[in-house]
Amino acid sequence: MEGQLTAPGAESGDMVQPLLEARGIIKQYPGVTALNRVDFDLRAGEIHALMGENGAGKTTLIRILTGATAPHAGTVRLDGKLVRMRSPAEAQAFGIATVYQEIDLIPYLSVAENLLLGRQPMRWGLIRGRDLRRRARQALARLGLNIDVESPVHSLSIAMQQMVAIARALDGSARILVLDEPTSSLDSADTARLFSLLRELKSRGLGIIFITHFIDQVFAISDRISILRNGLGVGCHETNRLTRLKLVSLMLGRDMRAAPETSLPPRTVRVDGERSILEAKRMGREGAIAPFDLVLGRGEVVGLAGLLGSGRSEAVRLIFGADRAQCGEIRMHGRPIRRPSPRRSLRAGVGFVPEDRKQQALAPNLSVEENLILAVQARRGVLRRLGRADRRKLFADYVRVLGIVAPGPRTPIRLLSGGNQQKVILARWLATQPEIMILDEPTRGIDIGAKAEVERIMAGLRERGLSMLFISSELDEIVRDSTRILVLRDRRIIGELESAAATPERIMEKIAGVEAS
Amino acid sequence: MRSVVAMSRSFGVTMDSRVAWPFAALVALLVFNLVFSSDFLTFQVRDGRLYGGLVDIFENAAPLILVAAGVAIVIGTGGIDLSVGSVMAISGTVAAGMIARPEYSVFNNVGFGGSILPAISLAIVTAGIAGLLNGTLVGILGVQPLMATLVLMVAGRGVAQLLSDGQIITFREPAMDFLGSGAWLGLPVAIWISLCGVVFVAVIVRVTAIGFLAEAIGDNRTAAALSGVPVRPLVMFAYVITGLLAGVAGILVVCDIGAADSIRAGRDKELDAILAVVLGGTTLSGGRFSILGAVIGALLIQTLTTTILAQGIVEDSARLVKGGVVIAICLLQSDRFRSGVTRAWKWRRSSTS
Repeated sequence: MEGQLTAPGAESGDMVQPLLEARGIIKQYPGVTALNRVDFDLRAGEIHALMGENGAGKTTLIRILTGATAPHAGTVRLDGKLVRMRSPAEAQAFGIATVYQEIDLIPYLSVAENLLLGRQPMRWGLIRGRDLRRRARQALARLGLNIDVESPVHSLSIAMQQMVAIARALDGSARILVLDEPTSSLDSADTARLFSLLRELKSRGLGIIFITHFIDQVFAISDRISILRNGLGVGCHETNRLTRLKLVSLMLGRDMRAAPETSLPPRTVRVDGERSILEAKRMGREGAIAPFDLVLGRGEVVGLAGLLGSGRSEAVRLIFGADRAQCGEIRMHGRPIRRPSPRRSLRAGVGFVPEDRKQQALAPNLSVEENLILAVQARRGVLRRLGRADRRKLFADYVRVLGIVAPGPRTPIRLLSGGNQQKVILARWLATQPEIMILDEPTRGIDIGAKAEVERIMAGLRERGLSMLFISSELDEIVRDSTRILVLRDRRIIGELESAAATPERIMEKIAGVEAS
Repeated sequence: MRSVVAMSRSFGVTMDSRVAWPFAALVALLVFNLVFSSDFLTFQVRDGRLYGGLVDIFENAAPLILVAAGVAIVIGTGGIDLSVGSVMAISGTVAAGMIARPEYSVFNNVGFGGSILPAISLAIVTAGIAGLLNGTLVGILGVQPLMATLVLMVAGRGVAQLLSDGQIITFREPAMDFLGSGAWLGLPVAIWISLCGVVFVAVIVRVTAIGFLAEAIGDNRTAAALSGVPVRPLVMFAYVITGLLAGVAGILVVCDIGAADSIRAGRDKELDAILAVVLGGTTLSGGRFSILGAVIGALLIQTLTTTILAQGIVEDSARLVKGGVVIAICLLQSDRFRSGVTRAWKWRRSSTS
């Protein structure tokens, strides 16, 4: 049964009328078939996860189901009745509410104003404030949320903003809720709150379509999982009958034995004092990270594990000099680096791939080649421009070595996929021949295939003896790629594990504060 | 007509598409002049100097060309410079004051005044200091570029008025006259000066990595800083070079009219310069900038002004026409507008046929 398309309800054998049913959906864009005869159905009172790599067709399917675009062939039925939705507004009238990944609230308006934006209660051309707040409170109360309706949206946490966005989408009559990667910027506590809200909505009979690339979350919350690959529906399964490995192999369409987890045995590097290459002593910054010591040996890969906000990014930013440390000192090869800054780190042979690629790494409108040579040029100095031949050679070399897919050196980097952008940023630093690389979530926001490639690149660097500091939210990656692991909690380094002894479970125990006996 | 880019390429000229549109507009305006004003394209050689409509436009545009080239770099770093007009006034006043040394002004007491070299040097140094001030405020202290340079835009003109005691400083100095209205190799000296200035700056910016790194700063300042780019010195440099160019432009204006008018010299030049830069295909949000584009933009603005005045439109209404043409060119540059027009055109043709 697994791996083939199963009719809705066939597995459980009941004859429930699906709430929403799409049959034989075809959508073509110039040069690609985004969806090729895809079937999808949603029952009332279920959470249905939609999974697939980037470019699998998830977004296109959602756009069709929410009226944002029309299919070239295929039918959509609501309660068994054929419907044709020509716009998101029409879809909303049919009871389909959508919350997109980027929260589209207006930050400086209040919660109440955001909730009723475009349908504010008016009298004589003025907004009736009291009425507005009352109706906003009602809307939140319906979802069991207790949020101050008068506070501006920007003062809320991302999770709360997400819930306000959901409350706005669900205006009473909604029966279907579509969530496009709602948890990508949430930490685990916030995710838990969101999930309890989703379970509450589900118990009231809403059908929820949930798009994410977090595999843990899919298993935690969904009832069924549909998987798309290259525009084809490759399966619809009851969640409790699917294994994680099976899910991943359906998404990737590859033999999972080829994935790096089995191809790279964990490795331990013994560090003695003489071979330490970087040493931080009592470095710290108020409100960011408590004073910490850190030693990085030649050829070591030190993984920093912890939750979002545990101080892991803050720690490496102090080491690189992206933020200024208030106390402590840092030494490379035993020599102190005074007042570390990105420029001093660059000269000392330290590279830094920051967490937020878009905000902190990419110059989006500059070309792939310019992005690639940026650090090399910065080190050569302002006056000695890297020659055209050298530039082209660097570009050609790294395209080949890292497998960067780009139309050409002059293409603006914003047109590349996330994975290829990330490889260019890696290349930017590798081109400076660094002794140390600091990688903050290098696999974040890129599709699974690219994640595996980035990990493979890291493994290659490790083999060549490059020292690395490595942060990842995915504990599997940390365990796989590090030779030693530091665990952080509440802005403090709280423990250390040799990678041979580390498992995701042990790290989680440490993070959670439960010491294994 | 496929596109101007393809056309220019077929003539063996490769041109950035954003520069191509204003260039096409410039050519169109010149053709318009050719058709509607009879003596526009006539060239005459008198006393070994070329005269004619085109030469006049280039000569009159000389100060704007210099200033726009600097402002292009500043905008490229993600900043803006509103003070160039006032810096022009300061530099012009200093140059004229040093030469004329009128009794009412501070220059009367300066020991080494009276000759042209110290006068021009001091004027340019003063303008450089003004740029340094802007650069320090923006690059080191992190003041918003708009605010930082607005300060000097307002206060700078006050400084110029203080230096000249609010009077127009007139002077007679053959060397200055030569700069203002003389000719060399058949072309007005002002044209040579602006050409040299622009080529000098373009070479500095593009032969070194300054231009590339400035673009990186303008495109994403955080990313540039984290990649080890020396952000502060480069931002400083952009404002200083702009100040120096405005200084030269101010001297050109003074030499042209033989007097320094601290109130009217360089007035509205900051806005014309920004306009020239934007017409030249540089976006105000920073990143990619084009000095060639800024030069074409400056020529375009000057041609437009000349054309309008040549058509006998009074100066007040001329501003309106100028605004209209500028909007039209900006729309032509917009991809979205062009594709919209193309679509509407196709739709009409398909519905009528």
